[in-house]
Amino acid sequence: MKDSAKKFVSNVGIDPRLLGMIGALVVLWVVFDLWTGGRFLTPRNLFNISVQTSSVAIMATGMVFVIVTRHIDLSVGSLLGFIGMSVAALQVHVLPDIVGLGHWSIWIIASVAAVLMGLVIGAAQGWVIGYLTVPAFIVTLGGLLIYRGAMWWVTEGQTVSPLDPNFKLLGGGAEGTLGETLSWAFGLFASFAAVVLIILSRRRKANHGFVVKPVWAEGVLIALAVGLIMGFVWTLNSYPIAKGARARVAEARGLELTDTLSLNHGVAIPVVILLLVTVAMTIVSKRTRFGRYIYATGGNPEAAELSGINTRMLTVKVFALMGALTGISAVVASARLGSVDVGLGTLDELRVIAAAVIGGTALAGGFGTIYGAVIGAAIMQTLQSGMASVGVDAPLQNMVVGFVLVVAVWIDIVYRRKVGV
Amino acid sequence: MTTKTPLVEMKNISIAFGGVKAVDDVSVDLHEGEVVGLLGHNGAGKSTLIKILSGAYHANAGEIYISGEKAHIANPRDARNYNIETIYQTLALADNLDAASNLFLGREIVTNVGTVDDDAMEAETRKIMGRLNPNFEKFSSPVSALSGGQRQSVAIARAVYFNAKILIMDEPTAALGPHETQMVSELIQQLKSEGIGIFLISHDIHDVMDLCDRASVMKNGKLVGTVNVDEVTDDDLLGMIILGKHPHENKEDA
Repeated sequence: MKDSAKKFVSNVGIDPRLLGMIGALVVLWVVFDLWTGGRFLTPRNLFNISVQTSSVAIMATGMVFVIVTRHIDLSVGSLLGFIGMSVAALQVHVLPDIVGLGHWSIWIIASVAAVLMGLVIGAAQGWVIGYLTVPAFIVTLGGLLIYRGAMWWVTEGQTVSPLDPNFKLLGGGAEGTLGETLSWAFGLFASFAAVVLIILSRRRKANHGFVVKPVWAEGVLIALAVGLIMGFVWTLNSYPIAKGARARVAEARGLELTDTLSLNHGVAIPVVILLLVTVAMTIVSKRTRFGRYIYATGGNPEAAELSGINTRMLTVKVFALMGALTGISAVVASARLGSVDVGLGTLDELRVIAAAVIGGTALAGGFGTIYGAVIGAAIMQTLQSGMASVGVDAPLQNMVVGFVLVVAVWIDIVYRRKVGV
Repeated sequence: MTTKTPLVEMKNISIAFGGVKAVDDVSVDLHEGEVVGLLGHNGAGKSTLIKILSGAYHANAGEIYISGEKAHIANPRDARNYNIETIYQTLALADNLDAASNLFLGREIVTNVGTVDDDAMEAETRKIMGRLNPNFEKFSSPVSALSGGQRQSVAIARAVYFNAKILIMDEPTAALGPHETQMVSELIQQLKSEGIGIFLISHDIHDVMDLCDRASVMKNGKLVGTVNVDEVTDDDLLGMIILGKHPHENKEDA
């Protein structure tokens, strides 16, 4: 029985570790659902978890590359705060004087500024690490203190609000979603893309004369992919808009409000951003030279150097990418809250590292997947939301998360030893 | 030896690390279709000398000529551009990647849109491994899961695949069993017949006597001398390695 299950998994070609993580996530969901008497696995709660996961998960995809190349970035939480505060001040105190209050371009300028800021600061850190060879731990520990302090200076500690209404859509909320129709379209498009990719990959392998999976296995894979995507969309499309927001949302979507009009959330915009980032980062990690060099450098820096890879420049690029992703997360996190105070992003670096590590990224370098980090972030958020909803005290929540982190990594080590990688 | 222009001439090479002269004014050369053994104790400077040729180190003094032209080798990429391929003693494999990724590391096959074409690389890897090591089957495992001999054959395949003209082999048989050592010997003979020049670093005199045309012996960073293998005995070579004593008066300067 056990053997046939193993054979099934290897035939379908799913990483057993991915299955393990999804299994852990599902177990957590079911446990919390039973514990709360069915209040956990609701469209509303899953919508909230998906939105709350986004900011940390986006950064965690970048942290995978950082850790795979045997570095660490402790500065992302402070950097997120600094960027968040800077672009908040930009859109509240600066841009209205230039383009006018409520101008359509404000959210675009602010978002681009956030990403550029992260890119430049990340590249600078990467340069110090790669070329001046100061250990990443030290450089980013310094960054943690520097950016938190710099954040205070931006407004001398004052909270900035309210943010631009269009900008706030990037953080989710009742209006910040794709809406039902677009969500279905998004789901269909994603399903279509998944099916095309699976078929193309099979055809390419067959053209080279490799052994391909049995047709039924591809069928199972396609069914799983489409089922997951559409199930996800269906769930989020089942979360009705709260009464107070109906009029606003109906107007924003150009619908006529009646008592029978069905208004649901759909996929939140930050989640769309997260999914796009996940796909892009997965392509980078698996299908580009840059990604290949990241893993090669993590596996054996000397070998990478001898193969002609410029590992110093690679370090700069990896940290620049981490910075840019932190910029995206800063947009999502500040937009979700609608205002920025000096506490934004505090301790996020540890959540991000924990997400990457729970997702199977090895601190020794060389191993880690993007999807793992995203699922790791979802597991962390599930734990936090779940414990809050069953009434676990905040200090105990932290203890549980810390405990889970250690156990997750231990399980990963045992697994690795067993399969010999 | 011949009067033809040597494939490689390393002239008066010196390099020091923190005051220690690892290589001190050493000159060696290599002709097409020739195997030159580099002999010496651990720490004699063989690997350091050869890492200057492969671009891993930068010499403090001295010049390198490739086919008679002065060569500038500042990094491993430059060396590869001169068709110098190296099989390092450590193999220099990224253990977490599979055979194809290692074989093509730094020189990936890309698709029209610039993404790495893993399937094409695996197909090429299957072809060359079919020639070098027909028993090799673990194409999708990371190389950490391979045996010493299999790992060695990946490193050799990487050097051979890209049309090397100059091949540097640093202790290629140190980690191998008798059967695999035999395989490497045959490969060296074959590459030699194709006109490739090979530097073979070894501390095994029998390897050198069997496979090499000439042998250059180093001791404490200095060149003891270069001899034609046919004209010396095992003991002569041992004397050069241990005592730094040249066996002949007529030191030949090929």
